[in-house]
Amino acid sequence: MAEPLPNRRPLLEVEHLRIEIPTRRGVLAAIDDVSFSIGEGEVLGLVGESGAGKSITGSAIIGLLEPPSHVAGGRIVFGGYRIDNRSPGEMRRIRGKEIGAIFQDPLTSLNPLYTVGQQLAETVRVHLGLDRGAARRRAIALLQEVGIPAAAERVDHYPHQFSGGMRQRVVIALALAANPRLVIADEPTTALDVSIQAQIIALLKRLTREHAMAVLLVTHDMGVIAETADRVAVMYAGRIAEIGPVHEVVKNPQHPYTAGLMGAIPAIGARRDRLLQIDGAMPRLAAMPGGCPFHPRCPEVFAPCRSARPELKPAGRSEAACWLHDRATAGAVHG
Amino acid sequence: MIAFVLRRLVQSVAVMLTVALIAFALFRFVGDPINNMVGQDTSQADRALLRQQLGLNDPFFVQFGRFVANASRGRFGISYQYARPVGEIIAERLPATLELSVTAALLALLIGVPMGVYTGLHPNSALSRLFLALSLVGVSLPTFLIGILLILVFSVILGWFPSFGRGEVVSLGWWSTGLLTISGIKALVLPAITLQLFQMTLIMRLVRAEMLEVLRTDYIKFARARGLPDRVVNFGHALKNTLVPVITITGLQLGSIIAFAIITETVFQWPGMGFLIVQAINFADIPVMAAYLVLVAFFFVVINLVVDLLYYVVDPRLRLERDAAAHG
Amino acid sequence: MRRHMAEQTADRPLLRRLGDSDLFWSFRRSPVTIGAGAVTALLVLGALLAPLLAPHNPYDLASLNLLDARNPPAWQEGGSWDFPLGTDGQGRDVLSAILYGMRLSLFVGAGAVLLALVVGVGLGLLAGYAGGWVDVIVMRIADVQLSFPAILVALFVDGVARSLLPRDQQDNIALPVVILAIASSIWVQFARTVRGSTLVERHKEYVQAARIIGVRPMRIALGHVLPNAMGPVLVIATINLALAIITEATLSFLGIGIPLTQPSLGTLIRLGRDFLLSGEWWILLFPAAALASLALAVNLLGDWLRDALNPKLR
Repeated sequence: MAEPLPNRRPLLEVEHLRIEIPTRRGVLAAIDDVSFSIGEGEVLGLVGESGAGKSITGSAIIGLLEPPSHVAGGRIVFGGYRIDNRSPGEMRRIRGKEIGAIFQDPLTSLNPLYTVGQQLAETVRVHLGLDRGAARRRAIALLQEVGIPAAAERVDHYPHQFSGGMRQRVVIALALAANPRLVIADEPTTALDVSIQAQIIALLKRLTREHAMAVLLVTHDMGVIAETADRVAVMYAGRIAEIGPVHEVVKNPQHPYTAGLMGAIPAIGARRDRLLQIDGAMPRLAAMPGGCPFHPRCPEVFAPCRSARPELKPAGRSEAACWLHDRATAGAVHG
Repeated sequence: MIAFVLRRLVQSVAVMLTVALIAFALFRFVGDPINNMVGQDTSQADRALLRQQLGLNDPFFVQFGRFVANASRGRFGISYQYARPVGEIIAERLPATLELSVTAALLALLIGVPMGVYTGLHPNSALSRLFLALSLVGVSLPTFLIGILLILVFSVILGWFPSFGRGEVVSLGWWSTGLLTISGIKALVLPAITLQLFQMTLIMRLVRAEMLEVLRTDYIKFARARGLPDRVVNFGHALKNTLVPVITITGLQLGSIIAFAIITETVFQWPGMGFLIVQAINFADIPVMAAYLVLVAFFFVVINLVVDLLYYVVDPRLRLERDAAAHG
Repeated sequence: MRRHMAEQTADRPLLRRLGDSDLFWSFRRSPVTIGAGAVTALLVLGALLAPLLAPHNPYDLASLNLLDARNPPAWQEGGSWDFPLGTDGQGRDVLSAILYGMRLSLFVGAGAVLLALVVGVGLGLLAGYAGGWVDVIVMRIADVQLSFPAILVALFVDGVARSLLPRDQQDNIALPVVILAIASSIWVQFARTVRGSTLVERHKEYVQAARIIGVRPMRIALGHVLPNAMGPVLVIATINLALAIITEATLSFLGIGIPLTQPSLGTLIRLGRDFLLSGEWWILLFPAAALASLALAVNLLGDWLRDALNPKLR
């Protein structure tokens, strides 16, 4: 859980990323000026409500944005090289080999007509060029590594013959088959039973440690983040509200939205009469308020919030995009 | 697995018996068989005798049983129009219809599937738009109109193909084929194209729709996320998953080629069973109509059965669930 | 979002609401659909106004003159503007025959769909609401019938009906027989859909509440269940209108549909086919073109309607 060394370049750098979707009613910005970085072997959590833009950020990084969504500004740099403007052929070589992905629903992530072994072997052969026999052996080894019992038999089973948790393990095996350096995990535990969730999280943690893999963990579940991530970025309405080390963001949230999120989580042992609730709802893309997008719901709203967008500025040991932490500029903006 | 097959067989037999019942009712009660067989001078006494001899006074179920027994041996009585056994007439006409239908079915598949795959993979290309526009025409226009327009262009104006008949046929045992002569093959072209057009456009649209649907699934997205090349994703994964439901629906569709053969044969005066039934309806030739009903129902039932079994073979999910249910 | 819009628009006049709706927007967006709509409107108008527009009455046998027979279209040698599109073998004006024929085709098509709708919706409601063996019987028949193509069913019913009637009566009764035959091939779709909707609605609380209060089943069925099922029913009706028109044309072409005394487009094409080889192409081509345009246009409209109303594609 070490902080990335200051001299080493982060594995992934997202700079001022903007993703637009042309629609019938005009161009919408799914995410607007998002910046963050992930170091080698680091787990960054990306947390937020549905529609905040977390999943589409992950899709953009791995180059699987669905048209007509497209990157309209900023850049994505991986391993020192820019990847948001690569050709489809180049991106294909990066996918699976350098950057992997895990999606939410393990049942629909696997092709029902092929055995698990066939799907694993296929991936392995594409990236590592192994022959059939070696590919099959590697498939069995991968299944064992993700904790599937009787791997040598189950390698010939079809996806529907596995339970939900086992299927997600298979998905993880597939994503890791070619040893990528970064894995984008999009809600990996949301579709699973609570009891299985813990197992999958433990598995992910172990694997990331063993393979020195970086992870972008996208989820709306703050508990999973707290358990697994090194740092966390909180997204709201397509922008990052706060980003910092996990224990800092959880214990000392610097942005009123994050504070609201933390307050809404019941803590075992703490006495509380009611759960805190943030009034209102996240604005729709087509109806984004001016200034800070959170200001209509913010308990600490004041003059500059309504008219000017705050940038991410240092706040405590994290960074937050809030005028509360940018009094100097706030003063200049509103006199 | 066995239980499934047995159940489907029982269902099929039930449907066949129902159809046989309708055919029998048609045969027996619509019009008077005796009146249609004898001249006007025959006396009442003779008619009554004939009635007795033919067993027309026996109880309903006895007559029905006899009908079914005869039908399963291909005996459907005497045609009113031709005064010959219906079975014979059908046997004469069957090869023509079968050759035409099978050719049309093959054409529909061989053209429709690749076109569907192409328009599914490249939905916005100019060629796709062209195919879709043509398919709209194929689906909207009635089959007979297409046949007539083809005759107008290729037969009357260009003179490339004949506008009616089967050309020269060669007899192989009781089968007569037009595939062994040039004129026979030429005569087959326009009718086959006409007959397959509707099915082909349906297949193309189906494959396309299914392909587009499959390409949007999570497992395709995951396959791409794993860096699999486009060729593998499109053909190894997407196509295979597309073809599974398509195979079964297509199988059912191909059965309807037999229905459309009626129209095509009439347009081109193709001497098959379809042309026969149209003449029979015009003439109120009940035995032929009843026989045709039973035969067509038989074809459909068999096709439905084969398609169900095919689905079972092709989709692993069905297989294992059924086995698990059987053992569990 | 939709309810929100509905609240806002409840006070605005119906026409404006329709104009703003998603449906109309998607209509305006597609030039092909607008074209199809225009052509359909034109043809339907021409057909409905046939008695006013047609230069002659093709049904009036007394007015036919064999001397006028086989005239080519007006712009060719030997033609005259009295018979703009030429005449057929009996001296009938082709243009008038087409207009009246289209009228007949539309009448039969719409009539068949209407009949199928009434019977299908009725049986579907009955099956869904009453349940039990009524449901089983209706659905079994529907299932068996659905495994055969519509044209076969129509052919069969037509054939049987003809066999039941004495020969000389056949021409007189052809019209109702054809409508019946086509309707019998279409009713199943209505029945299936309505039965499904009925089953869904039946279990909803407002229906159970009404039953407890003592509202008579007929009232519940017609007043509550039916309105909810009508949406898909209308789509089916529109899509099947094209099918009905084509089925009638096919039956007529085969010689077992509308007879020559009051020809529909299909009958005219059948007639025209015989003259094709002898060079009088206009007797075939113009009715064929009319039918093709009608079929294409209605189909395009049906396609657009189905896509526009499909919730999955929104």
